[in-house]
Amino acid sequence: MEKIQILVIGRHPEILATVVRLVNNNPNWNATGCLSDEDALAAFGKQDFKVVLLGGGIDEISESKLNEYFCTQKPDIKIVQHFGGGSGLLSAEIFEALK
Amino acid sequence: MAQTVLHKANTRRHADHGWLHSYQSFSFAGYYNPQRINFGALRVLNDDTVDPGMGFGKHPHDNMEIISIPLEGGLEHKDSMNNVAVIKNGDIQAMSAGTGIFHSEYNFDRTGEVKFLQIWIYPNKRNVEPRYDQISLNLEDRHNKLQQILSPNPDDAGVWIHQDAWFHLGKFDKGVSTEYSIKKESNGVYAFVLSGEIIINGDTLSSRDALGIWDTDKFTIEAGTDAEFLLIDVPMKF
Repeated sequence: MEKIQILVIGRHPEILATVVRLVNNNPNWNATGCLSDEDALAAFGKQDFKVVLLGGGIDEISESKLNEYFCTQKPDIKIVQHFGGGSGLLSAEIFEALK
Repeated sequence: MAQTVLHKANTRRHADHGWLHSYQSFSFAGYYNPQRINFGALRVLNDDTVDPGMGFGKHPHDNMEIISIPLEGGLEHKDSMNNVAVIKNGDIQAMSAGTGIFHSEYNFDRTGEVKFLQIWIYPNKRNVEPRYDQISLNLEDRHNKLQQILSPNPDDAGVWIHQDAWFHLGKFDKGVSTEYSIKKESNGVYAFVLSGEIIINGDTLSSRDALGIWDTDKFTIEAGTDAEFLLIDVPMKF
């Protein structure tokens, strides 16, 4: 079965690494982590992402820019504000987005 | 008219990790129940028991208001802001994870269990500066009355967090009743029984049962037996 691709963006390197690791604990999911908007925009064109998780540290200007770009490129993309930082909320956030 | 949702104690998820028994009121970690995601801004209510000397190693959080209320034993906290503390029954700890924080939590006791509630509230603002606070409460201030232990206001009683939320604890003798006024329009209250039996607007709740109530501005609480309970007053839309 093809894995569901999930793009994770966050500014804190250790927290981003934790979130990516936890997402990848689910054998059906594959996470790509990006620290910068530029990396995220570049990564978006290379994979068929189903979900984008916006993690901690992303300011409103960046968030607005990213949202606009992702929705324009792929209107059915699910964009989720991730709360908790690689915590017990992660799986439920993704399951809710994939409903 | 008031709307309610009843969460009986035995409908919570029990996660048994050997050293940790966690009763989870809402979806958490590997537990996903679309009917149990949150109650307004209340996202996590974990009722945890940790074996002596065991605990949660260093792990990160961001953008969440995390409140710990010890019920028995001592919980040792260390974090990346160099806070080191042990909190015990009668204390409350609040942490705003904001832009990111690492912390660990261990049972400080080498012989007895620690029991505590861990409660997560969605913040009303993302990416705030991380902060940590803990205070000791006077247990007498909740005997037959409601003791405020958390609010949005740094100058008010209890700890404070980045959300329009208020927590109260009550330890009522059998037959004592009070009226609770919800603190803010469009807030609701998640009432969680710690021990004994309470009655809210005719619904009887036993130990570890919970009742969510909203679309009302007040309700009555009566102790059916000697009882302890926690009221979590949170925005229903946030």
